[in-house]
Amino acid sequence: MEREQTIILKNKPKIVGFYAIAGPKEGKGNFGPYFDYVMKNDHFGEDTFEKAERKMMETALSGVIEKSKLTAKEIDLMIGGDLLNQIISSSYAARAFEFPFIGVYGACSTMAESMAVGSVLIDGGYCKHIVCCTGSHFSTAERQYRFPLELGNQRPPTSQWTVTGAGACVLSKEGDGPHISSVTFGKVVDWGIGDVNDMGAAMAPAARDTMLNHFKNTNTKPEDYDLIVTGDLGKLGAEILVDLMEEEGYKLGVNYGDCGQMYFKYNQNTLCGGSGAGCSATVLNSYILKKFKEGQYKKVLFMPTGALLSTTSSQQGDTVPGVCHAIVIEA
Amino acid sequence: MEDKQRNLQYNRYVNSKIPKTHPWPTLFYSFIVGGLICVLGQGINDIIMVLFPYMSQASAWAITLIVLIFLASFLTGLGIYDQIGKFAGGGSIVPITGFSNSIASPSIEFKSEGIIYGICVKMFTIAGPVIVFGTVSSVLVGFIYWIIGMF
Amino acid sequence: MDIFLTYLIVFLVGGLVCMIGEVLIITTNITSARILVTFEMLGVLLQAVGVYEYISDFAKAGVNVPIIGFGASLAKGAIGAVKTNGFLGIFTGGLAATAGGIAAAIFFAFIFALIFKSHTKK
Repeated sequence: MEREQTIILKNKPKIVGFYAIAGPKEGKGNFGPYFDYVMKNDHFGEDTFEKAERKMMETALSGVIEKSKLTAKEIDLMIGGDLLNQIISSSYAARAFEFPFIGVYGACSTMAESMAVGSVLIDGGYCKHIVCCTGSHFSTAERQYRFPLELGNQRPPTSQWTVTGAGACVLSKEGDGPHISSVTFGKVVDWGIGDVNDMGAAMAPAARDTMLNHFKNTNTKPEDYDLIVTGDLGKLGAEILVDLMEEEGYKLGVNYGDCGQMYFKYNQNTLCGGSGAGCSATVLNSYILKKFKEGQYKKVLFMPTGALLSTTSSQQGDTVPGVCHAIVIEA
Repeated sequence: MEDKQRNLQYNRYVNSKIPKTHPWPTLFYSFIVGGLICVLGQGINDIIMVLFPYMSQASAWAITLIVLIFLASFLTGLGIYDQIGKFAGGGSIVPITGFSNSIASPSIEFKSEGIIYGICVKMFTIAGPVIVFGTVSSVLVGFIYWIIGMF
Repeated sequence: MDIFLTYLIVFLVGGLVCMIGEVLIITTNITSARILVTFEMLGVLLQAVGVYEYISDFAKAGVNVPIIGFGASLAKGAIGAVKTNGFLGIFTGGLAATAGGIAAAIFFAFIFALIFKSHTKK
């Protein structure tokens, strides 16, 4: 018998508040109107991009605490992560608020990972209010993983654009709002993709694995959800996932979407779409949760994927492993 | 063994899915931009020869390259060179200006880590191999000619 | 008319060299550092076997401006220095011949790094 990776949550942890902040380019994208705050420039009044990323997360944290009508003292725990080495943006943002902090790293799947961990802790009755926060910044990711901004190189057609943005939400034992009904922690899956510019293809098998496991454990089908949304597989990765799932007998139809693929408008030159920890975080904490509020969505499967590589592993010729964590949000 | 088979098959499948971009526009732009940079270099060289008729060819070319290197670093600082590179590709990488850009861009980028550990240490993250390979190969060539010269 | 022809050749040869670089980028996805090294080594090779002078007489800036020219002067410097200085020339020749370019690149990069900040890509 296969291992069951899904945890069914009996006590229905609620999402009582959510907040998303994004950069100027993202503000002009398809989700622009839904963000709580759009930055005027990528520096956000700081002298380095790393400090701008940190300030973005601090803004998201204070914004979400205010929107949930709580104070920082009432938060029992913060769970968060980002893409920088030693997840400095999250830890430094947590420093400013003085709440207990668990740093998690799941690359671009970090939002779902932190929410999954948080909702399990609340379900178990160990915490009352947990804030989850994730973000990424194009310019910091670019220089950590790729090349200097001013280098005159071309981006390969499969590459994606790291989203500048941060999203945060507060999970509570009680209160109003949609609840998390189940979570599925994903395995690290590697199907031997070596091209670091082709993250979508590297992560799609992880999404397939988690999705299959989730459908089996919860005894559901794609049609049971109003929306199934992956994080940042991008145009190519999303197409691959649809193909992979069809092989297994599941048909992903119009209710399937990918945050990265939908993020930018056609003329924004992002090739395969958006990516980064901030990609799924900002979409979930603006568009998706707003649609819950408006009553349009009743049940959503949110399952961002992450590519767990580093520059060292790719320079040593390793392939790119992926991971995918899924959470089900119900009204 | 089964995994290896699956990975191979998956890689093959992914390669067939990768969006096929039309190479013609970038090839065209790289040709035009590359050609124009070379014409600019020839122009600078001719002007130098007119101004200083007694200068040796080699010195005139050295000064030409220095002028081009200056222009490229300046445009890199202004944030223009990477935008040229976005559509010109090889057209702005292969000329000496691309070498200059690859030294100037990390210097500017890593300025935030300070002058010593930022600018100076990171300056050669991209162009380092050019200097290393150049030096090593020139020593090898010199060595070969030295051996030949002994006979 | 003569000068027009010279510039036409410079444009065509220079453009062609750069386009070959672009073909390499598209077909093999190699990074710009590798492109630079590849063309530089091509220059060293052409100079070492002694054909670079002929190409350069014909195409002038068309090959001198691409990094091929940089590689060629490295090799040319080494060869020349070995002839005049003997053994020491093996080590001094290459860098001495290209010192202008390297020093300029380092100097201007340093100065402009002090002045400018990096911009986010659009």
